[in-house]
Amino acid sequence: MFQIFTDLASWLVYDLMGLSSATKLGDALHFFVEDVSKIFVLLLVMIYLIALMRASINVEKVRDFLAGRNRGVSYLLASGFGAITPFCSCSSIPVFLGFTSAGIPVGITMAFLITSPLINEVAVLLLLSLLGWKLTLAYVVVGMLVGILGGLFLDSIRAERWLQSFAAKALQNGRAEQTVSTDSTSLKLTFKQRHNFAKAEALEIFGRVWKWVIIGVGLGAALHGFVPNGWIEEHLGAGEWWSVPAAVLVGIPLYSNATGVIPVMESLITNGLPIGTALAFCMSTVAASFPEFILLKQVMQWRLLATLFAMLLVSFTMMGWILNSLLFLL
Amino acid sequence: MKIFKVLGSGCTKCKNTVQLIQSTANALAVEVTVEKVEDPAQIMAYSVMSTPAVVMNETVVHKGGIPSKEQVTQWLQD
Repeated sequence: MFQIFTDLASWLVYDLMGLSSATKLGDALHFFVEDVSKIFVLLLVMIYLIALMRASINVEKVRDFLAGRNRGVSYLLASGFGAITPFCSCSSIPVFLGFTSAGIPVGITMAFLITSPLINEVAVLLLLSLLGWKLTLAYVVVGMLVGILGGLFLDSIRAERWLQSFAAKALQNGRAEQTVSTDSTSLKLTFKQRHNFAKAEALEIFGRVWKWVIIGVGLGAALHGFVPNGWIEEHLGAGEWWSVPAAVLVGIPLYSNATGVIPVMESLITNGLPIGTALAFCMSTVAASFPEFILLKQVMQWRLLATLFAMLLVSFTMMGWILNSLLFLL
Repeated sequence: MKIFKVLGSGCTKCKNTVQLIQSTANALAVEVTVEKVEDPAQIMAYSVMSTPAVVMNETVVHKGGIPSKEQVTQWLQD
């Protein structure tokens, strides 16, 4: 199904431009053309199709569903909803406060907010098309686990102590009232409304991420073509225990979204970087971003922010080590 | 005179929404004030979770994205 993009790249780079597949430039350019064309087509088509289906899901519904529910399953549900409900990262504060003022515990809210940027339809599509279903599954499971365990941990240390005072007050009021808001009447959408939503969504997301794709694939292509074969495996292989925390530390200041990082990941993995290390790098780039943390400062005290940050660092590192050691066993 | 408030934490979408309302009002020669609200406590008071959201004369009329030009025109002409 994806062969057409390989053929397109071969035709363009080898036939039309006359580069040889044996040269580094030819190889890198082929990688670039193939991935960019594939990702662009997939993004437009698949975001449209997915948006058609989820046109009627929104954060208000998720909140009403989670409010007043029993704790045990809520972490799992919140993380699952985080995976399927997209929202702009600049909405994370209103979402946080909306959940909090409905009396939903901080840990459950954070399970939602941690999982949401990690897993989204764009990330899953890219993983599937570039790295296959096994890795996609591993990515989704790990992403949800980080969200769920992170949420449990935050509640177990009573993280709500470290909210900004107005947010803490909202949480208390929400608990006392246990109100379920009524403004989220389930609306039935006509196909035309769904189509309009999906079209707007596809164009909006594409307009936002296309440059990340170019940058990500460009980096991936450069790595692919110019890093000598075996160099990564030798220097950053699974045997080097420090490579995972190093990947996480490098990943954090690099603020990106999944769209840009996954092509880099593909290139790193095909060049021999262990999967655990690659995933750790990818997730820390996507989930722990400075801009988001600065936003969260509005509702959290420094202690909670620092805890959250450390928690993400530790969990990505552990996840990387575990996956790498499992590879040894296989 | 209509008073609009655009709720949001300051991303591009919110800025565009402010501009859209302002420019549409200018084009229609309707007098308005458009205010941008970034304070999370205030946003919470309108129980809005997806931003940008638009408040017209203290009623939330839109949330979760940039409104369409037709919508804005309708608000202004109501």
